[in-house]
Amino acid sequence: MSLIRYQSPELSTWPALDRWADLRDELNSLFDLPTTGNFARQAQLFSGWTPALDLYQNNDNVVAVVELPGMRKEDIDVSLHDGMLTIAGERQCPSGEGENAERTERFSGKFRRSVTLPTRVDAGKVSASYKDGILTVTLPKAEEAKPKKVEVTIA
Amino acid sequence: MSNNLVRENNRRTASRREGEKFITPPTSVSETTDGYLLELEMPGVSKDGLEISIENNELSIFGRRSNPTIDGTPVHRESQPYNYRRSFEIDPSIDSAKIAARVSQGVVTLTLPKAEEVKPRKITVS
Repeated sequence: MSLIRYQSPELSTWPALDRWADLRDELNSLFDLPTTGNFARQAQLFSGWTPALDLYQNNDNVVAVVELPGMRKEDIDVSLHDGMLTIAGERQCPSGEGENAERTERFSGKFRRSVTLPTRVDAGKVSASYKDGILTVTLPKAEEAKPKKVEVTIA
Repeated sequence: MSNNLVRENNRRTASRREGEKFITPPTSVSETTDGYLLELEMPGVSKDGLEISIENNELSIFGRRSNPTIDGTPVHRESQPYNYRRSFEIDPSIDSAKIAARVSQGVVTLTLPKAEEVKPRKITVS
């Protein structure tokens, strides 16, 4: 009679299972690649660089925040036309290109983002700042667009 | 052959350790005469929010956002409010003691010099 040695089920008795776990991790890691952002940014797979744009609003201002890493200030063009804010520009990446590039995930070239502003703004008072690769455009609301408290006496 | 000198580290189990979500920053890697150049896009990260470490040939770059706080309600949002994290496996031929980093306008640039003994050398015949 031969006895089969008892193996504790907690031990990994089948090493191949680890490899399945590795495969699962590898597959999961595909979803961490930079191309998978939110759906709006998927567009950049087809049309080049689409920097993420956020828009905020308070009583006095409309604020646009755009992620533009590695730009020169003078290459960013902010314009306002007919209630539409447009941020455009071009980025040059002198390094990371050419025959010695091993991995190029950064996009270089032109971009353009336009957004319709939720209210009228005072075009003469628009200001912008660029810090840590983030462009912040502050657009003061036009006087008539600001919320006003109107005293109404009920007769 | 040189493709393996700086390699993405796919063992990402560590990056999910605390259930925090990270952005994998888009990165360019290029070879220079002296070594390698890595550029990572991390908008919103300043010098103070950057942590770079090397352990057992694993180069980890972690960037904490310090976004400007905006007074107001979001009307439209495309950016992801997570911090950045990415790691690479570097070849032992890279002199890890001489790795240098700088950050400018949300782009982190790392220079990874090759160790002296692996640089091409001209041997003069005596």
